[in-house]
Amino acid sequence: MSRKTVDGLVLWAVSLTCLLPLLWLVWRGYQGDLGANPIEKVIRNLGVWGLRLLIVGLTITPLARILKQPRLIRVRRPIGLIAFGYIVLHLSTYIGIDQFFDWHAIWKDILKRPFITIGMAAFLLLVPLAATSFNAAIRRLGPLNWRLLHRLVYLIAPMGVVHYYLLVKADHRPPLVYGVIVLLLLGYRLLPRATRS
Amino acid sequence: MLIRHGGDLTENDVTPHDLYLRRREFLTLGAAGIGLALAGEAGAIPLKGAPSPFSTAETKTAKEDVTGYNNFYEFGVDKDDPARNAGGLKTSPWTVKIDGECAKPGTVDLASFLRGNTLQDRVYRHRCVEGWSMVIPWLGVPLADLLKRYQPTSKAKYVAFETLYRPEEMPGQKRRVLDWPYREGLRIDEAMNPLTLMAVGLYGETLANQNGAPMRLVVPWKYGFKSIKSIVRISFTETQPRTAWNLSAPQEYGFYSNVNPQVDHPRWSQATERRIGEFRRRPTLMFNGYGEQVASLYRGMDLRKFY
Repeated sequence: MSRKTVDGLVLWAVSLTCLLPLLWLVWRGYQGDLGANPIEKVIRNLGVWGLRLLIVGLTITPLARILKQPRLIRVRRPIGLIAFGYIVLHLSTYIGIDQFFDWHAIWKDILKRPFITIGMAAFLLLVPLAATSFNAAIRRLGPLNWRLLHRLVYLIAPMGVVHYYLLVKADHRPPLVYGVIVLLLLGYRLLPRATRS
Repeated sequence: MLIRHGGDLTENDVTPHDLYLRRREFLTLGAAGIGLALAGEAGAIPLKGAPSPFSTAETKTAKEDVTGYNNFYEFGVDKDDPARNAGGLKTSPWTVKIDGECAKPGTVDLASFLRGNTLQDRVYRHRCVEGWSMVIPWLGVPLADLLKRYQPTSKAKYVAFETLYRPEEMPGQKRRVLDWPYREGLRIDEAMNPLTLMAVGLYGETLANQNGAPMRLVVPWKYGFKSIKSIVRISFTETQPRTAWNLSAPQEYGFYSNVNPQVDHPRWSQATERRIGEFRRRPTLMFNGYGEQVASLYRGMDLRKFY
């Protein structure tokens, strides 16, 4: 197989894998297996997978360096875009199903509930990244600007963790685990280049 | 119904005529007593209660949801953890300690604690602070009828409750997610309000462990976390007792925690709720719709301050 074919297969395999949690959720919904409060379950599930995939996206660069596999970088884009997809669905479920387009209540939530304020801000910051995730955008922005813009994810991922942390009532362990992973991944980027692999 | 020994009976102790006519229900009670004593061994035991005017006629939440979607952190923090992890809890034998500001403190087994009381059916709305609600057919005894027997003194301004602490059977207690044991409390007039129920069953059976077996409080005008489960201690106190969620996050959970659509929780708007099984949110009612019975308890109080 040519290198191009391999790359293509890898991209497809990664993208399909990232979509498995969504397929699983749809399947369980179809089976009526989402528990007593399916709306809450769907929102949580989509949100957690959005965050997980953002984190997976952040591991790609270090991984490519450590494994000395620069071509691995190519999977970053589909992972990031699919993470964005989960977050769009997460937000849409909140707006359209949980709140049933009650814009007044939604606006009050954004203003009054810090976890929703942060979540919404993180989403807005993600939009320009998703909107520039194609080759023509990189050309138009220039690689340097594009890279600077996409460094916003270093802010967005911790915001996602805080969004999750503030939502939890008492057991803060799961969001803290995500927080530690994000810190490690961001910390890696602060290391001097020579020591990074 | 008090069962006293010998000579101190007065005319007031004569069974009222209407109760006399319903005397067969007392049979249920005897059976319930025995049933409860066995509950730990035999699983769910059928119970029968007398109808109550406090019951709502609203559609009841499916039993599967009432027993499968629970907040009971002693068994884990996810809603389906309690149903999965509560099987190991032994509810027999079960003793309750009654102490504090009362003339007749003591430690009694569950059957003696409940003896002499008629079980009632109470179909109540249940509103969780997280913004969901249910309609649950409880079986239980008005708390006032149980407490009076211990003769609280004039110093008894509050009643404090404690849940069992037994980490080997309650795996969630192995981590200090909350400051165990779970604690709750009511002002004495709240505890004595006829709506306040000590529940021992739901949907015609003894309580499942995940619902707070063998007995739990049900205070339908307050957020669900006030309705403490698997109770082993009841104390009459002069000062306001500390409560588990208030200890965990005082700015979020007050002592009163009355259902109030006008006072938001920092994380959840309390204006609306999702009734489990329904698609659209519905407006939340002041005191969860029990204002007629309880609004007078809070006359003159600033409910924003005493949230």
